[in-house]
Amino acid sequence: MSSTEYAAAYPAHRDDYGSRMGMWLFLFTELILFGGLFIVYAVYRYMHQQEFHMAAQELNTTIGLTNTIALLTSSMTAAMSITAMQKGNVRFSKGLIWITIGFAFVFMVNKFFEWSAKIQHGIFPGSKDLLAKPNGEILYFGLYYVMTGLHTLHVIIGVIFFLFILRQIKQGKIHSTRYVRLENSALYWHLVDLIWIFLFPLFYLIH
Amino acid sequence: MSEHRHEESHVIEYGNYIFIWLGLLAFTGITVTVSGIDFGNWTIVIALFIACVKSWYVLNYFMHMKYEDKVFKLFIVTALVTFIIFLGFTFWDYSFVR
Repeated sequence: MSSTEYAAAYPAHRDDYGSRMGMWLFLFTELILFGGLFIVYAVYRYMHQQEFHMAAQELNTTIGLTNTIALLTSSMTAAMSITAMQKGNVRFSKGLIWITIGFAFVFMVNKFFEWSAKIQHGIFPGSKDLLAKPNGEILYFGLYYVMTGLHTLHVIIGVIFFLFILRQIKQGKIHSTRYVRLENSALYWHLVDLIWIFLFPLFYLIH
Repeated sequence: MSEHRHEESHVIEYGNYIFIWLGLLAFTGITVTVSGIDFGNWTIVIALFIACVKSWYVLNYFMHMKYEDKVFKLFIVTALVTFIIFLGFTFWDYSFVR
């Protein structure tokens, strides 16, 4: 059998269902990764309730709320980009992906100012000011930096995913009948949103 | 099984997404408002309950779980049960430490 005959007899293997299933399995490992940290948070908060409340007052609720709205909105535009792609409206789909990336940058810029302000006030892991505080507050800020830091790392990875998707749309590898990679990237983005849905009340709203 | 693999893809209209988004914003507003009122230990319970409701909407609509096969739903339940077992046993342990 020549290679052209072979290609005709066996079209390229494609399994969108399996692709999505693989993505979901990966997302569950992410759930366990963050889940472990949430359990650490739960136990320390249970042991140092008063200090967690004190420490949480140092966080800026407005920044937290802005970031919540940015992520919720970007989650919507990510989901909409799939609808646009399914309808064959590639330009609109690309636009929506760019908007999603834009909101990701809003989130990161906010995070940058938030962390900078904290660091300027001498609150960062291992700093003299922080170590002078009671144990519970040290634990709170340790968890704050690790959990929001790991989350922001996911935001950055999500942006990289979307940039790849935009490139593949341009190359014609993703189109109205083949868009599972866009779907999977959107799933990843929604996970980032889901984790923030829990981080926001746990760190910013416990006054 | 194989007929599922060729299922028609489900298209969710833009309007539905906007509707879900408005709902999510409303729930966020409620969480922030409620956190300002002192319900004692209930504050965290209410905040987490609202977070769970929001997650349910994100999972079902944004992540299309509503239109996926049963296997995917079974995955989610398995993952959540695993997490709850971890959480439960850790607290069980710590309640004796104190």
